Amino acid sequence: MKQLTDPLIDKNPVAVHILGICSALAVTTSMATALTMSVALTVVVTLAAGLISALRSHIPNQIRIIVQLTIIATLVILADLLLQGFAHDMSQRLTVFVSLIATNCIVLGRTEAYAMHNPPLPSMIDALGNGLGYSLVLMSVAFIRELFGAGSLFGIQILITQAQGGWFVPLRLMLLAPSAFIILGLLVWALRSWRGRLAEKPDFAPRDTGSEASS
Amino acid sequence: MAKAFQRFLARPNSDPVKSIGMAALVAAICALIVAGTAVTLRPLIEENRLAARAGQMAAMLESVPGISDLLDGGGIETLIVDLATGRISQTDPTDFDQTAAAADPDRSTALPPAADLAAISRRENESLIWLVREGDEIRLLVLPVRGAGYQSTIRAYLALEGDLNTVAAFTVYEQGETPGLGSRVTEAEFRNGWTGRRIFEGDVIQIDTVSGASGDFEVEMISGASVTSYGTIDMVHFWLGPDGFGPFMDNLRKGEAGL
Repeated sequence: MKQLTDPLIDKNPVAVHILGICSALAVTTSMATALTMSVALTVVVTLAAGLISALRSHIPNQIRIIVQLTIIATLVILADLLLQGFAHDMSQRLTVFVSLIATNCIVLGRTEAYAMHNPPLPSMIDALGNGLGYSLVLMSVAFIRELFGAGSLFGIQILITQAQGGWFVPLRLMLLAPSAFIILGLLVWALRSWRGRLAEKPDFAPRDTGSEASS
Repeated sequence: MAKAFQRFLARPNSDPVKSIGMAALVAAICALIVAGTAVTLRPLIEENRLAARAGQMAAMLESVPGISDLLDGGGIETLIVDLATGRISQTDPTDFDQTAAAADPDRSTALPPAADLAAISRRENESLIWLVREGDEIRLLVLPVRGAGYQSTIRAYLALEGDLNTVAAFTVYEQGETPGLGSRVTEAEFRNGWTGRRIFEGDVIQIDTVSGASGDFEVEMISGASVTSYGTIDMVHFWLGPDGFGPFMDNLRKGEAGL
């Protein structure tokens, strides 16, 4: 059970390991795109972990990365094609980011670090947990960005904007990429303050500014 | 066969035969799965693409003031123009596939590099156009245009008002430009830069793209995507020029297009 729950908070791939940031920034302007991306990534990482784990004793060590990537890329193309076929509008909004799941460090990280050494079922549970951890962060960031950037959640207007005769002035910044960095940064900070042991020791001790000034 | 496979699997992982064999096996199976899915889903994806394009056309027509009322009455006419003669052709537009015509050597013309402003190398002999008329008077003319952008072919609808000069709308319906940079050709900000601009000054095509656009003939450029912006202007220059809809536009003005 720990394999499933650990990646949600304590070993969260985005907020603790800082993986998969690129897509987390790009697709979080609305809850709907973030949810689609989360589901796509979770399905891909879970299936990839299962398949690679099942094949693990026959994957030669020298070519293991490329074999893993081939399997992951196949699953990503499938996900992309299915989206284009059954949710065309959504695939247009996600543009290249579904295809970029293939290069997402979370997927390769889980298959390389876990699925290559463990039986299929635990691997899939571990991957599912990581997928859900990624989803949790994406949904939190998207919640803040869509609510304050457009006043809506899943496209349903919550805060009536001034343009529609209400009082709410949308924060344009929230819809731009930098806001995702800021929110994610605050999230990481909040998480590390809450779970103190997640904070790393500083690599270098800050120098005493007083002695520097005198030297 | 099964035995041979068992023996293959039993080889140590460090064995070169196993390495190459596994790589080939994984690659072949993955290729089969991808190809199979792509072929199965192709009709569905194509249908979605056409529906999305029709939706964009409808949205574009809606956005032009005064046009939506006319659509309820007579609606929009779909016609085919013979580009060389500049007259309406007798070809049936219902199942005319313009993309196929552009690729078919019998139904398209190779363009000399000097004339090929839009970098499309072949131009179909006949093209679809759409007209909205009120009585005999043309209210809106929609022309399909395409041309090279930065890294993809940009396809768009150019809607002209009844004077055949003022741009009513310019909507890109297909492109594969850099996401976040060139892909902004589809966004409202760029589209709005076209609305109300004029194309011809006398007989000369004057429309251009600049940053800080002012005046009738200037479209606001996308910052960070100048090649894409120039691409859209070049394709308008090509398609309204003598090798595109130029002869047809001349005939329309003279009332000799065969409408």
